[in-house]
Amino acid sequence: MNWLSDFGSFVAGRWEQLLFDSYLHVSAVVQCVVIATVVGMLIGVAVYRSPFGSAVATAVTSAILTIPSFALFGLLIPVLGLGVPPTVTVLVLYALLPIVRNTIVGLASVDSSITDAARGIGMSRFDVLTRVELRLAWPAVLTGIRVSTQMLMGILAIAAYAKGPGLGNQIITGLSRVGSANATNAAVAGTVAIVILALVLDAVYVLIGRLTTSRGIRV
Amino acid sequence: MSETNTAPKLGGESDRATSGVEIRLENVTKQYGGQRQPAVDSVTMTIPAGETVVFVGPSGCGKTTTMKMINRLIEPTSGRITVGGQDVLRLNPDELRRGIGYAIQQVGLLPHLTVGQNVGLVPGLIGWDRKRIADRTEEMLDLVGLDPTEYRDRFPKQLSGGQQQRVGVARALAADPPVLLMDEPFGAVDPITRGNLQDELLRLQEEMGKTIVFVTHDFDEAVKLGDRIAVLGSQSRILQYDTPEAILANPADETVAGFVGAGAALKQLTLRRVRDIELEQLPTATVGEEPAAFATRIGGRKGAVGLVLDDRGRPLRWVTRRDLDRGGGSLATAGRPVEDSVDRASTLQDALEALLTADAGYAVVTRSRGQYAGVVGLDSLMGTIRALREQYEDEDGAPDGRQGDGPSGSQGGGTGAAHG
Ligand SMILES: Nc1ncnc2c1ncn2[C@@H]1O[C@H](COP(=O)(O)OP(=O)(O)OP(=O)(O)O)[C@@H](O)[C@H]1O
Ligand SMILES: [Mg+2]
Repeated sequence: MNWLSDFGSFVAGRWEQLLFDSYLHVSAVVQCVVIATVVGMLIGVAVYRSPFGSAVATAVTSAILTIPSFALFGLLIPVLGLGVPPTVTVLVLYALLPIVRNTIVGLASVDSSITDAARGIGMSRFDVLTRVELRLAWPAVLTGIRVSTQMLMGILAIAAYAKGPGLGNQIITGLSRVGSANATNAAVAGTVAIVILALVLDAVYVLIGRLTTSRGIRV
Repeated sequence: MSETNTAPKLGGESDRATSGVEIRLENVTKQYGGQRQPAVDSVTMTIPAGETVVFVGPSGCGKTTTMKMINRLIEPTSGRITVGGQDVLRLNPDELRRGIGYAIQQVGLLPHLTVGQNVGLVPGLIGWDRKRIADRTEEMLDLVGLDPTEYRDRFPKQLSGGQQQRVGVARALAADPPVLLMDEPFGAVDPITRGNLQDELLRLQEEMGKTIVFVTHDFDEAVKLGDRIAVLGSQSRILQYDTPEAILANPADETVAGFVGAGAALKQLTLRRVRDIELEQLPTATVGEEPAAFATRIGGRKGAVGLVLDDRGRPLRWVTRRDLDRGGGSLATAGRPVEDSVDRASTLQDALEALLTADAGYAVVTRSRGQYAGVVGLDSLMGTIRALREQYEDEDGAPDGRQGDGPSGSQGGGTGAAHG
């Protein structure tokens, strides 16, 4: 109880800083997810017709995901320096796998009789892709985006080591000064804020899913 | 229904309205990669404007492949295909397809669009304005028997299989294309719904006169719908290409005969309508008349019957002389009631059915309001079948694709009868 009131006053005292870091955190994640979505969907669209291409794209993006994020930052800092460039690069790379894979799976699972009929009545390749296949694959793609977002919320915390933005700074400041006053409070505040924001974002995705998915394909 | 601009239209020569155009296949071959034999081997056939041609043949013989080459969903390996005189290989494939209605067994409605949006797809693609598309969608749903107010805003998953197939047909027809390709469009429904859908297609085709290429496994469906039937063997080889009547009366070879199956004579009766044959007349009397006088008119010949009509001329009862000689009663109670009748649009098969159940040896034919028109007897049915058989035996056409160059002589005549 004592610790809790202590934590409460810590948060009350750093309210503005926490809020600002939260804003930066969400903003960085969302921007990286947007980039990853564009890139990932382009990759998915480029390869989904070819089993070989699909296998390669999935393998490469999974390989990226197996590199520990800490190590990836370490590899990129010499090349890209500190701050935003390595952070964005790492986040986008990690976000790719779920989006690429779900785009491929989503597009590949569109019933061939639907595309056959769509072509048959005179829709162009592009029309079929944009007005049919991507619409039908969208729920799967959105699930990929959602998974990526959750993942990035955590990974961005590590980016503080590369002087990246966000709540990671709270955590790392805390962890680097273990024992000193407020060290634990800072780490806990950062972590809790990340969890809460992740939940909020997830709720937002549910809403987006509702609004962007036709009633005809909702399950 | 004639304000579209999709493909040039040729004039038709048949009596019904023809908006369709001729399709020609010349030595069309399709060789899929990695296969030794071509799936379609040098097919040549002419599909006359405004006619329904049905491809029947065993599974895997290349029906779908042949059909899909017409709208270039599959590109031919060699050969030439023209639609309305235009070489399809020279047209933009997307534009070509917008001018050709396409309906398939799996229907392939876009699940994320409503029924109305699905039907309006092709008009949208060819640039109609919203108002016109909305009107057209409504008209098409009506046409296929779906109430627009009820179904327009539903999604495909909220429809039964038969309803989806109706929407598929409505979508195929929406931009009023001169040509319709249908690949087992009624394949996935129960026999009753299938029968209804077939009847509706016949009714629509009566008005539209499109050129329809229809694929099916079901020979009875082919007989019912086709102006001509192309019986295909492996690699889409044309075993026989002729009117249903000609194929039923005189199959080109064993394989075709096998496909026609048992009961060819009965199937022939489905192709002729009561109005195609001359009706016989029986003695008739109105209910109020004197039984004794009627008995004399019926006469003493064995099996002689007469018909009692009500005061508006509708058939009521079968009576024989013996029924009347038994005496006593009035015509209103003598003999047996007429339970079944056919009209002039009924098939001869219906007439046979009525004849067999009536035990008077005749089927009663009525006019539009149910008045007595005449009767059909067993002799005239047998005569019809005999005449058909003789007619097609004389011809003895060679079963190849080249004989289909336009409706000629007896084929053209048979065509009209098939749809009555
Ligand atoms: N995309 C394809 N690639 C390779 N071979 C194919 C392809 N499509 C069809 N075939 C082959 O071509 C032949 C003809 O197929 P098609 O689908 O035209 O037959 P069909 O007569 O429509 O059969 P069904 O009545 O079963 O629908 C078959 O042997 C089939 O295996
Ligand atoms: Mg087929």
